[in-house]
Amino acid sequence: MAASNASAIARRSKQTAQVKRVVGTAFAHLVLTVVSIGFALPFVWMISSSLKTQAQVFIFPPRWIPRPMLWSNYAELLGVWQFGVYIRNSLTIAVPSLIGAVLSCSLAAYAFARLRGYGRNVLFAMVLVTMMLPYPVTMIPLFLLFKQLGWVNTYLPMIVPSFFAFGGFYIFLLRQFFLGISPELSDAAKIDGCGQFGIYWRIIMPLAKPALATVALFDFMGNWNDLLGPLIYINSMSKYTLALGLAGLRAVRSSMTPWHLLMAGSIVVALPPMILFFTAQKLFIQGIVVTGIKG
Amino acid sequence: MLKAIGAAETRPRMRGLSENGYFYLFLAPWIIGFVTFQLVPILTSLGLTFTQWEIISRPSFIGLDNWRRIFQDPLFWQSLKVTTIYTVGSVPLGLVASLLLALLLNTNVRGMAFYRTVCYLPSVTSGVAVSLLWVWIFTPEFGLLNYVLGLVGIHGPRWLFDPNWVLPAFVVMSLWGVGGGMLIYLSGLQSVPTILYEAAEIDGANRWQRLLNVTVPMLTPVIFFNLIMSVIGSFQIFTSSFIMTGGGPGYSSLFYVLYLYRSAFQFFRMGYAAGLAWVLLIIIAALTFILFKSSGWVYYEGSTSGGR
Repeated sequence: MAASNASAIARRSKQTAQVKRVVGTAFAHLVLTVVSIGFALPFVWMISSSLKTQAQVFIFPPRWIPRPMLWSNYAELLGVWQFGVYIRNSLTIAVPSLIGAVLSCSLAAYAFARLRGYGRNVLFAMVLVTMMLPYPVTMIPLFLLFKQLGWVNTYLPMIVPSFFAFGGFYIFLLRQFFLGISPELSDAAKIDGCGQFGIYWRIIMPLAKPALATVALFDFMGNWNDLLGPLIYINSMSKYTLALGLAGLRAVRSSMTPWHLLMAGSIVVALPPMILFFTAQKLFIQGIVVTGIKG
Repeated sequence: MLKAIGAAETRPRMRGLSENGYFYLFLAPWIIGFVTFQLVPILTSLGLTFTQWEIISRPSFIGLDNWRRIFQDPLFWQSLKVTTIYTVGSVPLGLVASLLLALLLNTNVRGMAFYRTVCYLPSVTSGVAVSLLWVWIFTPEFGLLNYVLGLVGIHGPRWLFDPNWVLPAFVVMSLWGVGGGMLIYLSGLQSVPTILYEAAEIDGANRWQRLLNVTVPMLTPVIFFNLIMSVIGSFQIFTSSFIMTGGGPGYSSLFYVLYLYRSAFQFFRMGYAAGLAWVLLIIIAALTFILFKSSGWVYYEGSTSGGR
């Protein structure tokens, strides 16, 4: 009798615990869904607007699913508004810069993580200081320097600095990751006759893929979305980057703002970094988490 | 760099280089870049602040005139005010929002990868595209925001067209990008040793107490990192103000770097703009210094403070 009573109570408390958990999970899903909708809604709005006619854009209350869907907005953008050219131009900056950043920053990070040299701590402190340096301080002298070199209206001012480890944050991030790689691996390689470059290239770099992907992604996004650089250095429209071209499209004077085109343009600009993010997502998350950015 | 490699190759073999030699060899690109693209430009910039220079003419020495003019320039004070208000409004809000979001996204429910991606995605995009999107969202009559507010019975303000609402609008927009900070918190959360939670649980701490006494203290280094980086970042906002309002209406959203950009590349007052840049450098250095000095609340584990 007592035993069955006890088991009933146990069953009931087990049930309430289960109910509690289900309710908790449901509540978590509810909150997460609401938050996600909040984050996603602007994107949905952007896509929806990009498929409308100019007149449909100004219908209020807005219609979420445009009829008909004007995919031709994108064709107009790529053709008439030269966005095809701009895409190529942006890639001409972003891809070489990414390669330069990954190579030069990883070299510096290797030195800071694995090699002992005079003044290492002081130099690393300088790296941290450059992380906090406001870019306008160097903007004007660099403009004058690149003007002297005849680099105005070329992409060189946006590409060349990347090859010289321009980006304290990348060095910092890579160094943290390199520190986490077991030193025994490089010791073993050293015994096998590997020089420092061999260790760097054959041991450290392959193991640091997540961190390298993170740097590559950040650098690509930075250059792809950068407005100020191209704004200062590029004058001729045929050399415009996507960001600059999109800003130019906004400046086009017309009786009504062409929001359908501007939104289509924004999607064209936003899409490549997103695709890159999705392909490198796993490595990227690993890169951030393992590094565990801490002061 | 060429010189360094040359020096290395004059030796019998690269192997002959000392560890110190290798250190500088690996660091050569950074050293060259640091000197050419950072150190010399910063010093040049300081020199320029004492000159009047419109690019076409030759720079002429004018002593402290630029500095004097800066502090008498109402637009300088206006841009500083705008940037400060925005920083005070957006940084604490962003820190709290991204922390809450990270806590929410650190729970263990199905489909978490999806939720995380959705919340982070806005941070992948930035710059012109995002700025334009938000101009459109903030449009008073046809925009998404006032439409949604209307659904719950709120008559929304004129946002970017209203001098009193334009900065709150920038703050609202910045909240959409808290995913970046969230991700850093998330990585911090996952490196909190579970043993601490177990110990707290044995001591009878409930969920709330564990959050306040384990999670938050362990996260303080990350909070501090995010705090510093977002203060520095918010003082350097350019693209959104350039695209969204051009500083308007009036000068009510004239962000500091926008004014600096105009001084340099629209009014061609290079010396003056260099002065503005140096004032910004001093402000950021001072803020960073104050933040570091008052960072007693940051908890560092015995040896994990790394190289610092």
